[in-house]
Amino acid sequence: MAHPRPDIGAPAVHAFGRMLWRHRGEPGMLIPLLQAAQDTYGYIPPPAVEQIAQVTGIPASEVYGVITFYKQFRLKPVGRHLIRLCKGTACHVQGAEMLVQAVGDELKVGPDETTEDGVFTFTIVACLGCCSLAPVLMVDDRTYGKLTTQKVRRLLRQYRQRAAAPASPAAVAAGEP
Amino acid sequence: MTEAPVRSILVGLGSCGLAAGGQAVYDRCRGLLGAQPNGTVLKPTGCIGLCYREVLVEVRDGAGRRTLYGEVTPERAERIIAEHVRQGRVVTEWVVDPEEAFTKQQRIVLRNCGVIDPTRLEEYQARDGYRALEQALTAMTPAQVIAVIADSGLRGRGGAGFPTGTKWRLAQAAKDAVKYIICNGDEGDPGAFMDRSVLEGDPHSVLEGMAIAAYAIGASAGYLYVRAEYPEAVRRLRQAIGQAERHGLLGANILGRGFDFRVALKEGAGAFVCGEETALIASIEGKRGMPRVRPPFPVEAGLWGHPTSINNVETFANVPWIILHGAEAFRAYGTAGSKGTKVFALAGKVRRGGLVEVPMGITIREVITEIGGGTPSGRPFKAVQMGGPSGGCLPAALAETPIDYEQLAATGAIMGSGGMVVMDDSTCMVDVARFFLSFTQNESCGKCTFCRVGTKRMLEILERICAGQGREEDTTLLAELGEQIKVSSLCGLGQTAPNPVLTTLRYFQDEYRAHILDRRCPAKVCLPLVQFWIEAERCNGCGLCVAVCAAGAIHGERKQPHRIDPEACVKCARCLAECRQGAIEKR
Repeated sequence: MAHPRPDIGAPAVHAFGRMLWRHRGEPGMLIPLLQAAQDTYGYIPPPAVEQIAQVTGIPASEVYGVITFYKQFRLKPVGRHLIRLCKGTACHVQGAEMLVQAVGDELKVGPDETTEDGVFTFTIVACLGCCSLAPVLMVDDRTYGKLTTQKVRRLLRQYRQRAAAPASPAAVAAGEP
Repeated sequence: MTEAPVRSILVGLGSCGLAAGGQAVYDRCRGLLGAQPNGTVLKPTGCIGLCYREVLVEVRDGAGRRTLYGEVTPERAERIIAEHVRQGRVVTEWVVDPEEAFTKQQRIVLRNCGVIDPTRLEEYQARDGYRALEQALTAMTPAQVIAVIADSGLRGRGGAGFPTGTKWRLAQAAKDAVKYIICNGDEGDPGAFMDRSVLEGDPHSVLEGMAIAAYAIGASAGYLYVRAEYPEAVRRLRQAIGQAERHGLLGANILGRGFDFRVALKEGAGAFVCGEETALIASIEGKRGMPRVRPPFPVEAGLWGHPTSINNVETFANVPWIILHGAEAFRAYGTAGSKGTKVFALAGKVRRGGLVEVPMGITIREVITEIGGGTPSGRPFKAVQMGGPSGGCLPAALAETPIDYEQLAATGAIMGSGGMVVMDDSTCMVDVARFFLSFTQNESCGKCTFCRVGTKRMLEILERICAGQGREEDTTLLAELGEQIKVSSLCGLGQTAPNPVLTTLRYFQDEYRAHILDRRCPAKVCLPLVQFWIEAERCNGCGLCVAVCAAGAIHGERKQPHRIDPEACVKCARCLAECRQGAIEKR
């Protein structure tokens, strides 16, 4: 089920290790360290928890307590693209529920699951703060607004096609879906 | 060099603008201008508030005239550059009439949003930026600063409305060599995005407000706690903090006056309860963000046990303006108990959604119908949800209620952080109550039993009502549970979680009765209570609905009207979303 990300190289891992030692003993660094671990690995793998516990002296049980308290932290790896579907008030009133169904139908996964090919992880979030464009969803760092079920399906198919084909340098540079 | 009049083009690149495709417009403009530079400057700007017309592009000519274009696409940008920028001919059909949305608005907090390039300190300074800090440091004592803020009547804009001057005075009076300022940017209320817009569109105003507060209470360190979901705001704040430090406006010996104040940015990790001040402090300390008993209040013992003043983003953005213009000018707006302006995030079933800043005392109706333009359908609005999960749903009958802390509280809603979600007859109020309860139930940190278990039980009751299995005694039970949760919870989350239910019970009792007694959802939102059918006249037999039907319940010959077998239909509504003829109806 794990999808090792090819882009995690040794330098990133070493950078995380250095950050750990640099902030050793600094109060209140646990959450930034966990954020750094997640930035490095895409999720928080158990060895990173052990490492954090060892360096900071905070018991691993307490580290897990903090990880599970906050929604941002993931203990499971994510797919290549992270979908965040907004279910805030404005999106709810504008029919976000139908989009949840459409994403589920298209990807054959439920919320908080990753597709079998490892391309998408589907999550639902409380509010992305783009209420005037409701209903919205984000794929990685890009936001898409005023969606319909058709638009969502088309969008996901575009991402999937690109994931299957080797990306053209022009499309990558433009950040195109 | 040509002698063309200096023109600038501003592209709205707040989160809304970016979501609407602003980056592509910006890139196209850059590409076109890059080919023939003629002195035109291209700049990003923050959210001007007219989110419904994004992507917004403003063209300023040498004579100071400003033209705002709405719904700009890369193709439209080409024509704007070809005609307006190159030939001086305004493309009238895409121009936004600022009157249409800016009437009745009064901009204090949003004074620079959508006007300046937030990535450039000089632009903030050109609009009196950091002058208030300079004035405070050179010409005022901390006590005088506090007196002006107290005198202005400024109250906390995060929701509770505690007088800011009083909070600062308490923090200043606390005897401790170490004190902290915290800016609460954990804007977690679904439906509210004004803090994000200010942080993205005018980050320096918040930093300046924090520095003034720090001087007033005697703090030398501050934290800016920003929601994890706001990556753009985090990027701009990091940049702004760096700029301010390089220019001696933050850091050691600010403006050479011997005053030190450092700001650190803390990214939240996703927990609604961290909007509560003691939970927020726990989160900055690296712990689980759970609230604790007050007293002691944070102004006595806050972060790491030291006196701490926590104020909201919007509150801080007001501060420099008040110092520069005086308490009197601020007090000129508002009602007896609520002074100044309030920013609202207008969304839902409203024609002109976006950010609006209005003087206190204006009525809800004025905001929705005169600024927001009413509902897109033209039908009257049914209700407005104010204050997010802590607030309430007010019926149109209360639309003349003025925006005022006390008068809103009297209705059962709250000023809250300023989310305003408009609802019309296609919104089910029971479903809205269920929606908010599912949110608060999910976000309850679990410390207090009534909040943890009580919200769960309330949610179960609401779910069964929406599923058509409501019982007659359910409304009484909901009211009873709601009152108990309110009085038995430690923090604001639990104390206000029942509000959406209690207000809908109070004002929309008939909708609850329709669900429970008639097994009917008047707004046709609760799917188990709705029947789907195909209007034969509009159906062209394309078969799209057959392909998506979860239950194989739709039959018909190709190119002939189809029909839904009501026995087999599982009411998933996929056909409704799919049909392009609008032939599928609910009844």
